Amino acid sequence: MRTLEQTTQEVLDLASKHFNVPAGSLAPEDDFFKKLGIDSLQTLEMLSRLENHFGIELPDYEVQGVSDFRTLASRIQSRL
Amino acid sequence: MLDLSKYQSIGAALKDALDQFSNEVCLIEADREREKERLSYHDFKERAHPLAKALQDSGLAAGDRASVIMTNQSKWLISAYAIFHDGGVLVPLDYKLTPDEQWQLLKHSGAKVLITEYPIWRQLSVAEGCSRATEVKTVLVTEAPANAELGGAQRWEEFRGAGEATFAPRTRNDTACIVYSSGTGGRPKGCMMTHENYLEQCVALTSIYPFAPGVRYLSILPTNHAIDFMVGFFGPFICGAAVVHLRTLRPEYVREAFSKYKITYVSLVPLVLKNLQKGLQARFEELSPGKRRVFNAIVAINKALTKSRPRLGLSRRLLRQVHEPFGGELRTIIVGGAFTEPQTLQFFYDLGIPVANGYGLTEGGTAITVNDLKPFRADTVGKPLPGMEVRIVNASADGIGEVAVRSKTVMSGYLNEPELTAETIVDGWLMTGDLGRFDATGHLQLFGRKKNMIVTEEGKNIYPEDIEAVFESLPVKEFCVFAANYIWPQRSMVGEQLLLALHLEPGQTYSEDLRRDISARNNKLLNYKRIHGVVLFSEDFSRTASLKIKRNMLAEQLATLDRASAILPL
Repeated sequence: MRTLEQTTQEVLDLASKHFNVPAGSLAPEDDFFKKLGIDSLQTLEMLSRLENHFGIELPDYEVQGVSDFRTLASRIQSRL
Repeated sequence: MLDLSKYQSIGAALKDALDQFSNEVCLIEADREREKERLSYHDFKERAHPLAKALQDSGLAAGDRASVIMTNQSKWLISAYAIFHDGGVLVPLDYKLTPDEQWQLLKHSGAKVLITEYPIWRQLSVAEGCSRATEVKTVLVTEAPANAELGGAQRWEEFRGAGEATFAPRTRNDTACIVYSSGTGGRPKGCMMTHENYLEQCVALTSIYPFAPGVRYLSILPTNHAIDFMVGFFGPFICGAAVVHLRTLRPEYVREAFSKYKITYVSLVPLVLKNLQKGLQARFEELSPGKRRVFNAIVAINKALTKSRPRLGLSRRLLRQVHEPFGGELRTIIVGGAFTEPQTLQFFYDLGIPVANGYGLTEGGTAITVNDLKPFRADTVGKPLPGMEVRIVNASADGIGEVAVRSKTVMSGYLNEPELTAETIVDGWLMTGDLGRFDATGHLQLFGRKKNMIVTEEGKNIYPEDIEAVFESLPVKEFCVFAANYIWPQRSMVGEQLLLALHLEPGQTYSEDLRRDISARNNKLLNYKRIHGVVLFSEDFSRTASLKIKRNMLAEQLATLDRASAILPL
């Protein structure tokens, strides 16, 4: 079982890979809309990647209003 | 299609539709790749009438207000139907608003009933705004887990009355819905839409884009939005068509739904349409140079053959690889909620996929003008729909002025806002605040906004005054939020941004600490409400006797600054 820290790190790694930004340039408290310059649709694409990676289903309502990596990771963690 | 001229209300027309199209497929609901539900009109009635009876038994009477806050799903439409059946006034609210914003609008609307989904209720029931006095007496929650704490709410699935509900007739001039076009700040704008507004709008729209049994509409735009309410509920129902709901709006599942359910119509906001365009362009770029040349030649042939009107069968045969992923039966993509760039519209039309581009605002009904595709024009928002009178007020020498509308689809007014209503509807004409001009062929072209507001590509209307609360107590002398194009008119419908005008204290400088403070507050706003930059102004803001900022006067003063150098990025 992953810890929240491990999950958060995996979320950051996957986001940096998916959006081609240098590894280590993203922090848990970062607003992913702003930091990655992405819109809501690109966020949905990122969520699908995360679901595949963690092997979970994340209903749309769970991520409604979420904009930072830490909260996103905690929502994933609750479904692992 | 039912003859709507015979009906007095949405409820009466929908009630007859359930009987007339009893065996037709009415709703399909899918969650990812799984189809969850498929209802006929008969099944819909079987679910809706016991709910209508239970609502009546709980005290919902004609004229009472009942709110629905849900994602797009079958229970949204079943609940709305039950409310109309009982003569209630539907208050559809955006599920994406924050819980406090939703409570604010529930209070403003005077809703007695709230119907929502468990995940939404989970947040609503613990929100600060929950303690605010509202008139909500009955809360129904869908899909709550078996052991969930419902905090006074009742389960939607178990809320069923025995016996037949009494149908409550309404007249055309009664309010059918209170729709919040925008504004959750100090002044919520609740548009009171009458039954006549919807009946007339439906007749006008279906005269150009007809529905019929067998037609399948993919419902993606939120149903509380005027467009989806009309073309994803009322329109298809009174024609016996089917509505497809997806519980997960990830692009891959949306793509799959087109071919799996053979979608006929879909409505999208410009952002999604542009995303589709990017995806297609990326696919075309992957073609080898030879195949690309052949493909371009076929597109050119299609373009030539569809110059005067769409020829769907021909385009589907010519450009099979493009049309198959869309299911092969897509007739039109309806785009709305915000301005769409002409090159995006042209891109799809050239591929044989017509995009119904139009112009509308909640206050005026769903749509005022629509491109009738005879011929397709990407550079305009089309001609006025049947029954709509549109004129240009105070036109300048180049013919551009404010667009004004008079029709049976225009709202009766803003709830509890007689002054705002009087400013907006003048001598029977709805003053839209949008700048436009008619071309020689009677097509309307838009050139920006007169109002201090922006509309995002996702179709969100944002009034700057509604987001000022987050900057309260900012350590400056005074501040004010503006739409950049309101200060510096661009005669353009794109590139809209919000700005924070700052007047610093004497001797104060725009320090890094202040910038960080603004940025941190800005980040508390939902991403589409955020400001893009700061404008410094060195004089006192003009104010009224009651010390409110005179926004129009301040905007005129700011307009003397050079736009490019005045905006400091955050």
